[in-house]
Amino acid sequence: MKHTETETRLSGQSPPEVPQVDITLTVNGISHSLQVDTRVTLLDALRDHLGLTGAKKGCDQGACGACTVMVDGRRVVSCLALAAQCQGREITTIEGLSTDGELHPMQAAFARHDAFQCGYCTPGQIISAVCLIEEGRAETEEDIREFMSGNLCRCGAYPNIRAAIRDVKAAVHDVKGES
Amino acid sequence: MHPFEYALARDADQAVAVATADPHTSFLAGGTTQLDLMKDGVLQPGRLLDITRLPLKGITHTDTAIRVGALTTMEELAADPVVRDRLPFVREALLLGASTQLRNMATIGGNLLQRARCRYFRDPTVPACNKRNPGSGCAAIDGIQRMHAILGTSDHCIALHASDVAVPLTALDAVVHTQGADGTRSVPLTQFYLPPDDTPHVENVLQHGELITAVEIPLLPAAARSHYIKVRDRVSYEFALTSAGVAVLIENGLVQEARVALGGVGTIPWRAWDAEDVLRGAQATTEVFRSAAEAALAGARTLPGTAFKVDLAKRTLVRTLETVAGAQS
Repeated sequence: MKHTETETRLSGQSPPEVPQVDITLTVNGISHSLQVDTRVTLLDALRDHLGLTGAKKGCDQGACGACTVMVDGRRVVSCLALAAQCQGREITTIEGLSTDGELHPMQAAFARHDAFQCGYCTPGQIISAVCLIEEGRAETEEDIREFMSGNLCRCGAYPNIRAAIRDVKAAVHDVKGES
Repeated sequence: MHPFEYALARDADQAVAVATADPHTSFLAGGTTQLDLMKDGVLQPGRLLDITRLPLKGITHTDTAIRVGALTTMEELAADPVVRDRLPFVREALLLGASTQLRNMATIGGNLLQRARCRYFRDPTVPACNKRNPGSGCAAIDGIQRMHAILGTSDHCIALHASDVAVPLTALDAVVHTQGADGTRSVPLTQFYLPPDDTPHVENVLQHGELITAVEIPLLPAAARSHYIKVRDRVSYEFALTSAGVAVLIENGLVQEARVALGGVGTIPWRAWDAEDVLRGAQATTEVFRSAAEAALAGARTLPGTAFKVDLAKRTLVRTLETVAGAQS
């Protein structure tokens, strides 16, 4: 006989078994083995199982970009990927951007330009901005607006975010120009 | 989200066999529609079969077509040099859809199968939705309709097909290649989608367990001069209110060949056959373009919330035609 979840709870019986999956995730160069409920997203695995709370849960439906991380060097929204799907992929979060305590140039530029107010969207903005430059899409103001549009900022810090990106882009140009 | 089992597909044969045998198994590719709707409780599969490791990725070219593996992402397709040079409106439609993050995840097969954005379909607390719960009615017909369809609707459903890239692909007669329990088959995109009629829950010709393996896009001479315009409530990262994808070949002021499809207006990606008939052999003038737009929207059925779309869709199409013609004069 089939019981609904509510009936099961009311009857005091143990809940139906929830499928688990054993996975190994490589995050910021470090391999982690864990057992998770199959429903666990990459975002929840990072935050709740690995203690990496940089990526934020905003909408949890792929609309706001606060959970943006890199998978194999490409930016994705981690709320719409299952953790189980990300095995064998190289995952990079905001925690993995700095090296030896030195801020990534994009992090430093965000601080310099005051490119935030509440800061909740910032980790996603920074990951997205780093990818934007890698993608060669920070060439014009229009491109920056268009290709950063998947990262919402409810505080409206957009002008300063764009200024930070322009700054880093110019620095990349300078470095390339010297070589 | 309801609990589900997760399994990795070994190969296409096994994936098709497993899914065909179990009505509660769904394929999982990019996940951007599937997981979203599972979180909302609209979809409740008992098992997800992860197909992302199957060798269905990549683009191959011939002189007359490109073949796009079903697991190729939207960003990967947009970056293809042949798409850039010979199918500009396909690239434009891809890059005007979603955000870079979503385009890095979403596959071309999944894009074609994306579900309606209708807010009533996506909210299981709304009882009436013939798409989600056949026979229950349609809350949208008496609801808020700004993002709904005006072409191909029925008394049972007015949900829009929201894909951008499906618009130019429909204009080009792209072909969907599938593998199912009965073997492989090829279905033109113009015959792939089913209008809602009295079965809005049946959205396309696929059988349960049938897998899209590739999409073949013909390389028509007209497509080299093509354009996609998308009109929306905000400037970026938003679904279309109206859109138009146009490929036109003009010689000596005469339209030699015309392919026209519309987005934001149809329950399926809308091929504007009547507009093509008006255009073919006619002078490439704004007056003719306006006649074509009249023909394209002649069958529109509006509700109070969608009435604005008729004029907007006509103007979108005329603007797109003028842009393509201007580039050739």
